[in-house]
Amino acid sequence: MSLLINSLEQGLVYGLMALGVLITFRVLDFPDLTVDGSFPMGAGITASLLVMGWNPIPCILLGVVGGVLAGTFTGLLSTKLKILNLLAGILTMTLLYSVNLRIMGRPNIPLIGRETLIEQVDRLMAPLGLGQYSSLIFFAALVLVVKLLLDVFFNTEIGLALRATGDNEQMIKAQGVNTDTMKILGLAISNGLVGLSGALVAQYSGFADVGMGIGTIIAGLASVIIGETLLPTSTFRWMTTAVITGSLIYRTTIMVALRYGHNLGFKSSDLKLITSLIVIIALAVPQVRGKLNLKFGEET
Amino acid sequence: MLKVTNLSKKFLEGTNNEVVALKGIDFSMNRGDFLTVIGSNGAGKTTFLNLIAGSLFPSTGRVEIAGEDVTNYSEHERAAYIGRVFQEPGKGTAPGMTVAQNLSLALKKSNRGLRKGVTPKRKELFYEELSKLGLGLEERLDEKVRHLSGGQRQGVAVLMSTLTTPKLLLLDEHTASLDPKNASKIIEITRKLVKEKELTTIMVTHDMKQALDLGNRLTMLHRGEVIYDVNGERKKELTIDDLLESFSERKIEDDELLLSME
Repeated sequence: MSLLINSLEQGLVYGLMALGVLITFRVLDFPDLTVDGSFPMGAGITASLLVMGWNPIPCILLGVVGGVLAGTFTGLLSTKLKILNLLAGILTMTLLYSVNLRIMGRPNIPLIGRETLIEQVDRLMAPLGLGQYSSLIFFAALVLVVKLLLDVFFNTEIGLALRATGDNEQMIKAQGVNTDTMKILGLAISNGLVGLSGALVAQYSGFADVGMGIGTIIAGLASVIIGETLLPTSTFRWMTTAVITGSLIYRTTIMVALRYGHNLGFKSSDLKLITSLIVIIALAVPQVRGKLNLKFGEET
Repeated sequence: MLKVTNLSKKFLEGTNNEVVALKGIDFSMNRGDFLTVIGSNGAGKTTFLNLIAGSLFPSTGRVEIAGEDVTNYSEHERAAYIGRVFQEPGKGTAPGMTVAQNLSLALKKSNRGLRKGVTPKRKELFYEELSKLGLGLEERLDEKVRHLSGGQRQGVAVLMSTLTTPKLLLLDEHTASLDPKNASKIIEITRKLVKEKELTTIMVTHDMKQALDLGNRLTMLHRGEVIYDVNGERKKELTIDDLLESFSERKIEDDELLLSME
């Protein structure tokens, strides 16, 4: 039972990161690798400040700010310096490795003995008698609020202009939208969410590590793709729902694999290999299907 | 309404492959003018539109719209003055968004805020405007544009480009990739909207008959220069034979133009 609760909690916390990936990959059509740097940035900022004795909530908020700045930086590289979007993300991700080490002062910060948000929540919600479910409920509420805010925002005038920037840049320029601004805004929101996710993961798992961002983008993509496959949809509201569901399923699968995988000869270090294979297969399916259709002249 | 002075555009300037797409054009249009532009491939028609819309910046010269010098304005800044429809129906609309969402994007050219994009009140307006097109689109407000036919998409694009009554409407062969039936529908819609909103319009076309039927002024571009410009009564009396004659005088041989006369 506690295994399931843990996976759901992780699915929710990492789901915020997956929502960020949804915004860049799907909405903006901008494959943004900044996340591998902004995730540990959020974690690093939070952990450093917690160790200095700060209250957990401002620690988290500054983690978000870090992510927003990282996304903005990638956006500026791409729009103002015209650096290829993939390369812009890689550059930010790489430079953030050094920046994160500067922020943290060392590669790993344990949070033992510090009261994290999770413990605060447990303490504050204790009178409600929710027992071991209290942090799960807290995370669920938090993710729901973020999801609803995104749903509302992406249906406002600015939000629609942002979506159109990813859908048909030429058209929306002709409608008077500064698409550079929209891309920067989208990247800032996306990486802000990733920073938030990193900050919460640091408090949840009790440490921040400069290497904890490796493969974030792939995990995010896996969640997006799993969600899209299970809940094929086209409205934004359902897309966010699908991605959170995808994240829950992904994390549960990972937890089960970590717990029982050794029976099949897997090591926990094989995780990134398996995740990447899942993404490759998911990305290959439409291609293979298309080829088969060409061969046999079928319509889908 | 539109005034261009010594407008020229060179591509690959300073290299061996330099191409002069437009050779210092001086040109002006009055409010309410409906100009049709013809010319062979490479005549500079699309470059001309791109320079006016700001998708390209000129090598020399200036562009004024409604008395304002917009030469250094970027494309999205000029959008406040300009509505534009492209040749490919896909270019003028966002395929992954609904008809109503697309139209809401065209409702404001600046100062977009955190108000809801598609409201019931706006939908009523869209319903009304779409009914006028006669394409049956008013019942498909919540459908993705990607599910519409080319003609319907172009109908949405034309409506989007005129929704805010632009000072200048640019039509870039906007019926060229449609089948004849849809093309004539879109032409009718264009004619109606331009008349109703008294829009100053530039329409680039390959179709000579279209160029003669529509508008009060006709211009021909050839190798980056205006070589023919008629308006008013003379334009009304103009026939395809007149155009052909002026072509042969200038020894213009262009299969595409000749074909489009059939």
